[in-house]
Amino acid sequence: MSVATQDTAIRTGRVTRTLIYLILILFALFYMLPLYVMAVNSVKPLDEITGGGMMNLPKVFTLEPWAKAWSYAQIGVDPTGLQPYFWNSIKMVVPAVAISTVLGALNGYVLTKWRFRGDTILFGLMLFACFIPFQIVLIPMARMLGLMGMAGSTGGLVLVHVVYGIGFTTLYFRNYYAVFPTELIRAAQIDGAGFFQIFWRILLPSSGPIAVVSIIWQFTNIWNDFLFGASFAGADSQPMTVALNNLVQSSTGVKEYNVHFAGAILAALPTLLVYVVAGRYFVRGLMAGSVKG
Amino acid sequence: MGFLDIDNTTKSYGAVEVLHNVDISVDEGEFLVLVGPSGCGKSTLLNMIAGLEDISSGEIRIKDQIMNGVHPSKRNIAMVFQSYALYPNMTVGQNITFGLEMHGTPKPQREKAMKDVASLLQIDQLLDRKPGALSGGQRQRVAMGRALVRNPDVFLFDEPLSNLDAKLRVDMRTEIKKLHQKLGTTIVYVTHDQIEAMTLSTRIAVMYGGYVQQLGTPQEIYDSPANIFVATFMGSPAMNVVPAKVVLKNAKPVALVALHDGSTVSLPFSQDNMTAWDGRDIMLGIRPETITDEDAADRNSSNIARMTNRIVVTEPAGSDTFVTMTFGGKDVIARMRSDADVRAGADFPFAVNMEKAVAFDPETEMRIIP
Ligand SMILES: Nc1ncnc2c1ncn2[C@@H]1O[C@H](COP(=O)(O)OP(=O)(O)O)[C@@H](O)[C@H]1O
Ligand SMILES: [Mg+2]
Repeated sequence: MSVATQDTAIRTGRVTRTLIYLILILFALFYMLPLYVMAVNSVKPLDEITGGGMMNLPKVFTLEPWAKAWSYAQIGVDPTGLQPYFWNSIKMVVPAVAISTVLGALNGYVLTKWRFRGDTILFGLMLFACFIPFQIVLIPMARMLGLMGMAGSTGGLVLVHVVYGIGFTTLYFRNYYAVFPTELIRAAQIDGAGFFQIFWRILLPSSGPIAVVSIIWQFTNIWNDFLFGASFAGADSQPMTVALNNLVQSSTGVKEYNVHFAGAILAALPTLLVYVVAGRYFVRGLMAGSVKG
Repeated sequence: MGFLDIDNTTKSYGAVEVLHNVDISVDEGEFLVLVGPSGCGKSTLLNMIAGLEDISSGEIRIKDQIMNGVHPSKRNIAMVFQSYALYPNMTVGQNITFGLEMHGTPKPQREKAMKDVASLLQIDQLLDRKPGALSGGQRQRVAMGRALVRNPDVFLFDEPLSNLDAKLRVDMRTEIKKLHQKLGTTIVYVTHDQIEAMTLSTRIAVMYGGYVQQLGTPQEIYDSPANIFVATFMGSPAMNVVPAKVVLKNAKPVALVALHDGSTVSLPFSQDNMTAWDGRDIMLGIRPETITDEDAADRNSSNIARMTNRIVVTEPAGSDTFVTMTFGGKDVIARMRSDADVRAGADFPFAVNMEKAVAFDPETEMRIIP
């Protein structure tokens, strides 16, 4: 009898599983569709697109739109392509991610292992920073940057993103370190390790999963940010997102959809890359932080 | 002046005082065990010795140096934690030498110290492993190695065996005792396990509610408990404490205690000073092993009292059989030889070694000093 029930259990299992997979594949296709459209049309000559048939595979395959988007499309005044703006974005994102992550880790370390009077309130306030909409800080931030002489510079953008990201990174690291055994810190203190030695030698080497979470989160947010970039960047510090917008919005001549598609994919590539490389640690790290806290 | 002096020390968290005027002086080479139920302040006291907690008032001295406000790493102490607290990202070898590295010991000396400790604890073959790849017993050894390598003045242990299974715990207990005998270092050891306290210590501080209830050798604590708490906390099964009334019989003090049927038995005291308690109620403390059958009664005792009482339950435990009876209105346990002819429901003639009995003041719960 137990054999019979097992048998039916397996068979119903197989049917449901097939069904689930079918539905999942459908959803996946649905989600992939925009990417497909972008990819396909970025390698067509323009007349193939304007002739209709967005979903068709290219009759003539060309990488010309990619080359143009990257190196000589008209953006703003000069035909520079997206290339210089890509490097602007890199110059902004890398330090901003690194600084906000390190500061978040330090904050989490202090808030959990070097408790002081009022630390919970301070953490509450930092959490609050996560819920402030971008728009509210635009004008005060512009004024601050002006006063500090950082308006229109990459450094200014880095500062803005660090300030804005620190609430999130602190939250991640605080929750992660809250379950990190305090006895380890005490053992290290007895062993004679100081504040930063404990941080570098004991805490950080065990922070891999949450550091990945913080880096992915910060990287995608800062790379994809448009509002701060559009508001605070100068002509020579505009990030990729702003340039892409300028490319697409440029009013001169015909709309080169194939170049726009190629540019959009170029703009999205780094975040995609980060997800592919570190994505599975992302989930793991989020879980690790949320077990207790 | 001892080697380690805890002098009138208190600890408060905000307005709450969790340790009250602790006074302990430890000599060099002593094995002091702080024992007491969970929450009594043992770890807090140990952490104060280590410098991990501030001292609210009073003074702690090691080798006559005042330790108040001195950083943990400057006290020349080492600590073994309940969770072992091994650094997960370092190998066993790195774990052991981390403290030396932080104290600026040159690498060749570190390596030598590590080798010595590793062979002492028989963990040579583990040196390149990470703590995650070790068993509980091995981690325990590594944690001890990390403490030993520093060659500290005082070793501090906070419940180091409580994460091990029962068998390993007994083995490691013996190991720690051997190590102490071999190295002769001063140890302060925290546990909630009274058997660990009895077996390991040269002296025990029994703690409860933030007070040191009694400080003494294991024998003193066991035979002459200061109060009912110490009497019942130390020993397994616990000492029986039953209400009794003191009267004089032929001018000698005896304790009247109710048997199962309401009749009373009179048990003569060995201590003459109980005369002063004539006509008053006391609590009488009798250890299970001092209630036996006639044949097993202590031949060296000058004061064996007899009584017949009904057996309620018998619990054979291999080497002994525990017998429960109703005595003084309470469940009282006697520890009999396993071959004693005891059956539940039967009346049995017991022999009570009154030389070992102790009396407590029912008001203060303090032992009445003979
Ligand atoms: N940081 C703290 N703040 C307030 N009370 C504390 C703190 N740490 C310990 N206590 C209290 O001090 C008492 C003693 O704790 P502890 O020394 O850990 O006990 P034990 O080790 O004997 O189980 C407990 O009642 C505990 O609640
Ligand atoms: Mg404790």
